[in-house]
Amino acid sequence: MEDTIAAIATSVGVSAINIIKVSGSKAIEITNSIFKGKDLSKVNPFTINYGFIMENEEKIDEVLVSVFKAPKSYTGEDVIEINTHGGIACTNKILELLLTHGCRLAQPGEFLKRAFLNGKRDLLEAESISDLIEAKTSKARKMAMQGATGELSKMIKELREKLVTIISNIEVNIDYPEYDDAIVYTNELLDKNILEIKESLSKILEESEKGKIIKDGINVGIVGKPNVGKSSLLNRLLNEEKAIVTDIEGTTRDIVEGKIVINGITLNLIDTAGIRETDNLVEQIGVNKSKEIIEKADLIVAMFDSSRKLSEEDKEIIESIKDKKTITLINKTDLKQEIDLSMFKKEDIIEISIKNDEGINKLLDKIKEKFNLNEIDTSDYTYLSNSRQISIVKNCVSLSEEIYEANKNKVEVDLIQIDIQRLWEMLGELIGITYKEEFIDEMFKRFCLGK
Amino acid sequence: MYEVIVIGGGHAGCEASLACARKGHKTLLVTGNINNIADMPCNPSIGGSAKGIVVREIDALGGEMGINADKSHLQIKMLNSKKGPGVRSLRCQADKTTYPLNMLKTLQETSNLEIKEVLVREIIVENGEIKGVITEENEKIESKKVIITTGTYLNADILRGHNKQKGGPHGEKPSLYLSQSMQDNGLIMRRLKTGTPPRVLKSTIDYSECEEEKGDQELLSFSNFYDPTYDIDKQESCFLTYTNKKTHQIILDNLDKCALYSGLIVGVGPRYCPSVEDKIVKFRDKDRHQIFLEPERKNGEEIYVGGFSTTMPEELQEELIHSMDGLHNAKIVKYGYAIEYDAIDSTELNMTLETKKIKGLYTAGQINGTSGYEEAAAQGLIAGINASLALENKEPMILKRNEAYLGVLVDDLINKGITEPYRLLTSRAEFRLLLRHDNADIRLTEIGRKVGLINDEKYEIFQNKLKNIDKITEELSNTYIEGNERNNNYLENISSSKLQGKVNALELLKRPEIEIKDIEFLTEKEYDKKAIEEVSINVKYKGYIDKTEKEVEKMLLLEEKKIPEDINYDNVRNIATEARQKLSKIRPLTIGQASRISGVNPADITMLLVYLKKEYPYE
Repeated sequence: MEDTIAAIATSVGVSAINIIKVSGSKAIEITNSIFKGKDLSKVNPFTINYGFIMENEEKIDEVLVSVFKAPKSYTGEDVIEINTHGGIACTNKILELLLTHGCRLAQPGEFLKRAFLNGKRDLLEAESISDLIEAKTSKARKMAMQGATGELSKMIKELREKLVTIISNIEVNIDYPEYDDAIVYTNELLDKNILEIKESLSKILEESEKGKIIKDGINVGIVGKPNVGKSSLLNRLLNEEKAIVTDIEGTTRDIVEGKIVINGITLNLIDTAGIRETDNLVEQIGVNKSKEIIEKADLIVAMFDSSRKLSEEDKEIIESIKDKKTITLINKTDLKQEIDLSMFKKEDIIEISIKNDEGINKLLDKIKEKFNLNEIDTSDYTYLSNSRQISIVKNCVSLSEEIYEANKNKVEVDLIQIDIQRLWEMLGELIGITYKEEFIDEMFKRFCLGK
Repeated sequence: MYEVIVIGGGHAGCEASLACARKGHKTLLVTGNINNIADMPCNPSIGGSAKGIVVREIDALGGEMGINADKSHLQIKMLNSKKGPGVRSLRCQADKTTYPLNMLKTLQETSNLEIKEVLVREIIVENGEIKGVITEENEKIESKKVIITTGTYLNADILRGHNKQKGGPHGEKPSLYLSQSMQDNGLIMRRLKTGTPPRVLKSTIDYSECEEEKGDQELLSFSNFYDPTYDIDKQESCFLTYTNKKTHQIILDNLDKCALYSGLIVGVGPRYCPSVEDKIVKFRDKDRHQIFLEPERKNGEEIYVGGFSTTMPEELQEELIHSMDGLHNAKIVKYGYAIEYDAIDSTELNMTLETKKIKGLYTAGQINGTSGYEEAAAQGLIAGINASLALENKEPMILKRNEAYLGVLVDDLINKGITEPYRLLTSRAEFRLLLRHDNADIRLTEIGRKVGLINDEKYEIFQNKLKNIDKITEELSNTYIEGNERNNNYLENISSSKLQGKVNALELLKRPEIEIKDIEFLTEKEYDKKAIEEVSINVKYKGYIDKTEKEVEKMLLLEEKKIPEDINYDNVRNIATEARQKLSKIRPLTIGQASRISGVNPADITMLLVYLKKEYPYE
């Protein structure tokens, strides 16, 4: 028998009303023991009940208690939600009472985990919910909500239906070669079908990459030789747009200097400024870091000094970013221009003077332009939002391209069918209806992220 | 005292008794009627999609079916020859007179093997172990192992129209007591159904109204070891006709009269072998169905009306047959019927085909719920081999899904169980590109040798093939084709791109449009046919073969995840009730096996994995 778990479900200190969630076979019994009002074990499920949380004879808070009976609840177990508006102290007190009456404090993600284990959520939905919990901007929150309703699961299920139809027809052609009962799938006939599937998949991928931008933001790497004005730019941007978070600690994002939000999209600003200020050894690390930054960035802002000719170091930088999406920022336009701009793509050049506060908005507009941020703004498509999902869809897209090519090259249909089947399985993996060891590990890893 | 008793002389029984006897065990084959040994009561053919590969596999393991079919066919062809190599399969029209006779002769010439004509009434079980059988004549025959291969004869009912009577396929005496004896010993039995179409008199068919279907114009053989010897031009043809609106109307007007729809039949019939009534009711939008007219024996008068299996009463069968082109005046010599019989619940068995409850008792063939001569023979061979290996205290022979259709067959029976008579299909084999017609010997001959059924002669033939494959691969990779006028003209003619400079022949063979005969022209050499076919498939389809191999690796990983034998599924939380019951009953040995049990869903496997991680962290 599983423990009954409890936790505060809202961010304490932010919202006016806090919700404490309790889940497990003893949820109702335990809550009942600290509740004065109707007998919660006798009320109809799915009702909201007014009353008081009591410690012995003392009223702790006036609350509304929602009762959900298994299996029709979020976790699939008996669930109680206590709505309190008594502030931090009261909320903590209620939680404490629940814990002393037999609940265990929920681990991060444990409610969601139970929901998944009880079959209340498929993996895609569960992941969307954990994204929702982590969502930093309102747009990311909206997107996570759409994922949670299973819209995407539905789309993928439909795609799988299509595939199954094709697969089974090909199987009939193989197993009953002498019978004319089924249409014979030829390369020609398959062509149109595969093209459709390929296009749906590309569409999902294209849209989902936007989804990743919404959820994770755009990584903007700022590169340039020392003293070109990187730190000033950073400070200027952060001051202007108000940093949400600074000095993010973490395993992979240790080089993020700050985040700003434009059009509801997070820009993760990454720069090497802080690293170089100590000694030479660190300088060396800085060079490696720069390479790493360039690797990870979705966009490079490369800064050059307008008042100097391009140095060898500048040219090295230009070489190292040639395959990336880049904005060329020519700083110090307040000084006499010495730089030769013919090496750069004209449409990517923005001239600014941080000192005189000129051209910053032009930079932001350029970023919007590069990522079609205005378009994302109006799009209400359901996105895939995490990298596991996106990498599976990417694999599906490339497999569908392989299938399409093979079919064009007249590879025997029964061989092509092998890949079509694989595609069907991969899509199943995406919505969590195949069992895979590594995938289960991955899943549990993800569950620990949110609440 | 015998070491093995095999009950039933059909395709399963023949293979089982031959395997045991050839391995040196004193074997008794009991049959109700010696004239029905290796009988083909339904279609006069051996092989077919997937099934043809099964016959090759039986042959590679040292079974008899392939060799016997090669001796006894009227026509043979390669199915799916225009499709990929993974789905090519042989099918022959077997002669219903010579096939059983040839098999009987082989049985009679085999030492250690006796045949006895009698029906078995009971099995003798002591302390959960088989001890022998008691016949309907009250004779007690002792043995260490018993293999039951009774086909459709257990409690068989023949159904035609509203008429139901006890009887085997030819109206002979069915086995009325053995099923009860099995149930008395705790085995779970179930009722299944199958059917067969009418036979018509050849001389009354107007073939001018039908389409002719000939055998292939190439010498083909089921056996991996011996070259075919028949005369290509003396093959007999099959003919094709169709049902029509009139046929369909007669059926729809008289549905209440057939056994299937009148409620007389309780057994479950196979979906892939529907009666003509079923076809017409379920596929109303089709205005015709194919009907195959197949000869049953050389110079014989009986023609099998394939695709027309029916349970209509006799007078309606006449009317229906006469409604079709070519058959307007046909005389029916044997009416179609359905047969209902007892079969064992195949989840009662383990992977050796031994019953879980009774040590030393094996079942094989149609009694296990399969359909088809080939599936039966395959199981007979597996049961025979495993019974012998058990007598010899050796490790059993268990074939995996990536090794053989035989592995797929047993794995499906044991794990998925069956709800309708089971037929092998290529779609059941997820690794079918590896389970090919051409490489059956490469996959299985070593295993056959190890279990002791591949004699020196066959083994040498097999090793020569392997040597030839190596030799040809080597030779082709060292033979360079020059881009000269002769060669480029030839390539242009077969729509292949011309050569600049030279290329080695193996590279050139990779081109999809290049066939073996083209390579032989370009290199001006001839190669061993079987060996170069193998080389060609391996280079042409390498990409797909490699992909399949990767999938196999994934499956094998799941196979390696063992489930502790003492697991109590009642303690595994959150698995569906059906999954819990099935897991408790089948008791899979690995996660891989668990995942293939029907009714066990991926979500259940997830829960099981979670449980194992928690409870058995070190396993």
